[in-house]
Amino acid sequence: MANVANIPVWRDIGAAPHPAASLQQAPLVIVGAGPVGLAMALDLGRRGHPVVLLAQLDFVAAGSKAICFAKRSLDIFDRLGVGDAMVEKGVVWNVGKVFWGNREEPVFQFDMLPVKNQKRPGFINIQQYHVEDRLIDALGALPNVDLRWGHRLGGVETHADGVRVTVETAEGSYRIDAEWLIACDGSRSAVRDALGLDFEGRVFEDNFLIADVKMKGDRPSERWFWFDPPFNPGQSALMHKQPDDVWRLDFQLGWNIDREAAVKPENVDPLVRAMLGDDVEYEPEWYSVYTFQCRRMARFVHGRVVFAGDSAHLVSPFGARGCNGGLADVDNLGWKLDLILKGEAGAVLLESYDTEAIAIADENILNSSRSTDFMTPKTAASSAYRDAVLELANELPFARPFVNSGRLSTAVALPASPLNTPDADDWRGAGIAPGFPALDAPLGTGWLLESLGAGFTLIADGWADGATAAAADGFALIEPGTGDDVLRARYAIEPGTACLVRPDHYVCARWRHPDADAVRAAIARAKGKEL
Amino acid sequence: MTGLITEPNIAGVDDIYERLIAMHADASTEESLKLAARLNLILINHIGDPAVVAEAITLAAQRRKGKPR
Repeated sequence: MANVANIPVWRDIGAAPHPAASLQQAPLVIVGAGPVGLAMALDLGRRGHPVVLLAQLDFVAAGSKAICFAKRSLDIFDRLGVGDAMVEKGVVWNVGKVFWGNREEPVFQFDMLPVKNQKRPGFINIQQYHVEDRLIDALGALPNVDLRWGHRLGGVETHADGVRVTVETAEGSYRIDAEWLIACDGSRSAVRDALGLDFEGRVFEDNFLIADVKMKGDRPSERWFWFDPPFNPGQSALMHKQPDDVWRLDFQLGWNIDREAAVKPENVDPLVRAMLGDDVEYEPEWYSVYTFQCRRMARFVHGRVVFAGDSAHLVSPFGARGCNGGLADVDNLGWKLDLILKGEAGAVLLESYDTEAIAIADENILNSSRSTDFMTPKTAASSAYRDAVLELANELPFARPFVNSGRLSTAVALPASPLNTPDADDWRGAGIAPGFPALDAPLGTGWLLESLGAGFTLIADGWADGATAAAADGFALIEPGTGDDVLRARYAIEPGTACLVRPDHYVCARWRHPDADAVRAAIARAKGKEL
Repeated sequence: MTGLITEPNIAGVDDIYERLIAMHADASTEESLKLAARLNLILINHIGDPAVVAEAITLAAQRRKGKPR
């Protein structure tokens, strides 16, 4: 059945056998084996839950898909035990440069890791199939995760306390009664269709060519972006390095084009040569044309069906907010579903996934839409402003922050989350406020984020009752040592200070002088008691 | 808190108006748009207060039918 759609194959796996029983039970069914579905299975599998993961295809697909993985995603991969595997393969980069017209020097450049002294870089570039490979390898070590290749979703019936899933295989269909269904099945989500749900939002009218090419060279591993370059006049272009001497070249094409003709090698070659020079030797890896939408579902939680990643929200690729946004969903959902399945939180906690994941999606959509509007001006006035910004940026520092070639994905703050315990003390703007992602810092001979683990953690300095409270209430305790000055500065830690970090590494409460009751109440609140 | 000033606030308005017009002399519509955009951006940065700038944008947009933002 597998490759009916002519999808390029990266790694053949083969279909999983049809199960013996035609009706099965499972607490968790995840639909979709892209990076989001695989990471979701890894998160919940590592927490000990039996997981059935349905993969429509029976192979890992190749082709030009996500390549930019942001620091936040690397931190999530670290928590899932696959961070090193990703970074070892990936191309590390921090610097982005923006070029305009035929000027040799960039009009603007930025650093994706402005705060140094962190374990992970601002970004790595790594092909999506390499990411999937590494997640699949990690899942292979979990006997409680059942990854069913070539098992396609046939239908979904929802009821109050569960979901009945029909699964199609080459040998016929079977059913699973699941407590929860997590839809990670991408922009054309079959789960979303089965429930009669849709996206809302904007569609952008433009075409972009991706030319992934293989070539040797010593160009730097930086993000290079051009407005109106001589090799693609009036349009934009992007160049990015990937592992294995593969380069991602991206050319804006305009709206009225022949999409099939655009990917023919004889039409791509002139663009590639104009960008890289006539003497460059390269091999085509994969060419495709894309358009995009910036939209999301009105809700991500529909009873016992939860949507994550592209099935729930879509953005343009400018800013690397697609896959990174999906991994943020995994991060947010994993610990909440874990607590619900263990009976430590009510299903109402998922309401906070709905509000928080929507807040994250909205910020991604906002940034992505703004980048798109800057890059592809729709009116004479917006063209004038865009060009004025680029001209001024060349001469005057004030204009450089206006240049928007894609605000790249960073962790989204959730200051309005109902899971936060608002500050009772005056922190004078110092430290990390509730709702903001924990910032990495050196800790002893290692790093703070890698020490945080998968549950609640209290970073406390000199709190005499800390160890007792931690043992009684089941949170981990980190006590900064005398040499951990960077950490102390970043969290405004003074003697007595304590800062509570959620399982997904967001700060949710902090105190100048904590007591056990206050910490207990803040954990209860973060587990949804106030919802 | 000082909001957007809408009372007269600068001397020599005739002189400034003349300079504004002169800046656009012989410019195409496209070039004029860009000149105006440059000037706007420079002044917006000089004002430096996002609330005041937003108020000014709202006020300016009110002069357009059906497009207050």
